[in-house]
Amino acid sequence: MKSIMARDRTVIALVALCAALGASAWLAPQWLVFLLAMALAKGLVVLGLLLLMRTGLVSFGQGLYFGLGAYAAALLANRAGIGDAAVMLLAGTACAALVAAVLGLLLARYREIFFAMLSLAFSMILYGLLVKSSTLGSTDGFNLHAKSFAGIALGAADARRVFYGVSAIAVLSVGWALHRYLGSHWGRLSSAIRDNELRVEYLGASVYRVVYVNYLVAAALAGLGGAFAALAVGHVDPETVYWTTSGEFVFIAILAGTGNVLAPFLAAAIFEALRTLASQYAPNVWQMALGGAMLAIIMFLPGGLWTLLKRKPA
Amino acid sequence: MLTVVFDGVVYSSWLFLMAAGLTLIYGVMRILNIAHGSLYAIGAYAAASLGGAWIAGGQAVWATYVALALSALAVGLLMGPLIERGLLRWMYGKDEIVLLLVTYALFLVLEDAIKLVWGVESKMFSEPYALLGNFQLGGLAYPAYNLVLIAVAVLTGVVLSWVLHRTRQGKLLLAVIHDREVSAAMGINVSRFYLATFTGGAVLAALGGALTAPVIAVSPGIGVEVIVLSFAVVVIGGLGSLGGAALGALMVGLLRSLAVRYWPEGELFVIYMVMAGVLILRPKGLFSQPEARRI
Amino acid sequence: MDAAEEKAGVSALLSAEGLNKRFGAVAAASDITLVFERDSVVSLIGANGAGKTTFLNIVTGYLRPDSGRIRFDGHDLVGRSPREITGMGLSRSFQIPQLFATLSVRENLLLAEGIAGAERAEQATDELLARFDLEPYAARAAGLLPEGIRKLLDVAMALVARPKLLLLDEPTSGVAAEEKFGIMDLVMSAVRGHGVTVLFVEHDMDIVSRYAGRVVAFYDGRIIADGPPQAVLRSDEVLRYVIGEDVRAAA
Repeated sequence: MKSIMARDRTVIALVALCAALGASAWLAPQWLVFLLAMALAKGLVVLGLLLLMRTGLVSFGQGLYFGLGAYAAALLANRAGIGDAAVMLLAGTACAALVAAVLGLLLARYREIFFAMLSLAFSMILYGLLVKSSTLGSTDGFNLHAKSFAGIALGAADARRVFYGVSAIAVLSVGWALHRYLGSHWGRLSSAIRDNELRVEYLGASVYRVVYVNYLVAAALAGLGGAFAALAVGHVDPETVYWTTSGEFVFIAILAGTGNVLAPFLAAAIFEALRTLASQYAPNVWQMALGGAMLAIIMFLPGGLWTLLKRKPA
Repeated sequence: MLTVVFDGVVYSSWLFLMAAGLTLIYGVMRILNIAHGSLYAIGAYAAASLGGAWIAGGQAVWATYVALALSALAVGLLMGPLIERGLLRWMYGKDEIVLLLVTYALFLVLEDAIKLVWGVESKMFSEPYALLGNFQLGGLAYPAYNLVLIAVAVLTGVVLSWVLHRTRQGKLLLAVIHDREVSAAMGINVSRFYLATFTGGAVLAALGGALTAPVIAVSPGIGVEVIVLSFAVVVIGGLGSLGGAALGALMVGLLRSLAVRYWPEGELFVIYMVMAGVLILRPKGLFSQPEARRI
Repeated sequence: MDAAEEKAGVSALLSAEGLNKRFGAVAAASDITLVFERDSVVSLIGANGAGKTTFLNIVTGYLRPDSGRIRFDGHDLVGRSPREITGMGLSRSFQIPQLFATLSVRENLLLAEGIAGAERAEQATDELLARFDLEPYAARAAGLLPEGIRKLLDVAMALVARPKLLLLDEPTSGVAAEEKFGIMDLVMSAVRGHGVTVLFVEHDMDIVSRYAGRVVAFYDGRIIADGPPQAVLRSDEVLRYVIGEDVRAAA
């Protein structure tokens, strides 16, 4: 194990990142804790997008699972009287994974625009349900609190710091796992599918199965991120499922690129930081800046879009 | 029931204007133009501004209809070439998904551009709407303005259909939709068709916005919901099919109208359910063209 | 056992019977009946559009024939996917090399080994790189290779699965003249001794006469000649419809 870590800079960076985040959980001011907590939560969603983009797919509907994770956590807290954050996190992830297990059966058959549109349609279906459902709070949503984490009671002041610290650990383990996954045969297979599906089938592997599994993993990650975000904010509403939220995740994914598992978290942190600044000082040019940045990246900084750009249109 | 149908048809008319441009742009250029929503919004704002200025300047209220038409044309003829030549031209040949992201980026830019130009407060421009008063339908008073909407949509559909199927240029356009590479190989100036199609689509989107301006409070963000609804229509009808856009618009309009009447909670749900259903059962849409085989 | 198989004896590895495929007005395959023995090397020749690639596409499951049967090693092929057919021991290379452009040459082969279930994939990959003289390119992305090397890689990947039947679609097309024999030598030496049956589509008659033990000529979706190279390459029909010589002048 030590020798693997010594040679793999990504793993070292992950550990260092986790340590730094963990330390800041107790030392940093509340606003920074909140910002970084959101960055990590969104980073998890984008990590899932990274996996999908490696496989050659862009999902415009990760908001579905982000929202499912958030609402699952919130419903447990509010309707089932469960106050344990650890349970909520697990529930959020499981809920997303379960829905993806079903929807993935369908979605794994699609590519390109159709995959993007279908994933968008599913997220809008949930949006449509949530927005009109008064029992689920409609457009206002509702609040949630966690009273404990894995059995240990949480004081109101500490709660967010604890979630943040836990998310740092989650990021480390998930990031490490995905890093191993991407470097394995399965990761290579995913990239191969992006490059040339036909050849993959002719070599004897099932493209459908790989896409399905990757979709499932991406959904689970989004669900986990959603649950974390819900805990950090203390509130859920249908906006999480709206297509513009999914679009935001796609933007961060493009900013991050598909090169390394750390990138989504860095990109998410930059995004959250800039967003906080923009909402304070320049709220009416924030989207313009995003759009302009995305165009610039698409045109000049292949970095992330590179893998998509290198693929020739059929 | 009659009122439900009428409501549905009104909604469909509005959707058709958006969907027609969107589907033709996709058919010809293989671009799913998210910025279409912004063009809609800009059309609405332009109409409100121009019309409002005319009224303030003492023009007759009926002249506001001219303002509507003019602003739609101006927006389309300006923004269309600007976007197509200024941005999209550099992106042709890239993956469809990449082009989608480009139009999404453009959408974000335009959304804020609107705020910079027109500010963030709502604009009202109800004069054209109020001018026509109401008429009786099924015991209820209906704004006669809705008839204008339906008339414009039908007229647009007829004109577009005639241009596509009866004129030489239109038939060439259909050829490009069917197979771009072969068309180019046969000497069709595909590049000019791109410009024409995108500009035409932009005019239609702006027209949709201009016609809507009298009915709503024109505010930032009206393009956001429109675009995703238009996607649903276009997918249902089939990407690239004008007839499909018409039928898709009709379906979505009537479905929504029924939902609003009998199951309000399901209003948005049913639309996207049908969209998903069509994508699942007939991914190419209900009225799509058979695609040329590519070995 | 069907009629064709019975005629050829039980040793037939691949037998196609009455294959038909139309694309609109074009008959890409008309009543094709062919039997291939084990451990043979056969060349498929014919002008462009004669039906050679269509035959390969049908056999490998990419296209479904309108009618007809195909049996491979005792199993029916019609209706199966390329993935299933590869799993049964039938492998194919492509006219335009189908590679994983952003992966390195090494990763391309490693992936193929992984899919084929090789126990020591790294080692097997190294051996393959050595055997096909691909070592100098091992780290280069497949999308950046010279044409001849792309072809080599494409064929090497087809060999990874240790197929019983290897279909090569124009293995030397796009390759410089002086490299053509090199590629065929490499492929043949790689399969020699393993009992692999090789079917290769080829336009270069020098390659055909040098490597093939049997030649099948296609024209207009039908088979117009089938036999040893010396006989087929000199027959009137083949000269006229495949090689394109004026038969009267040649006689």
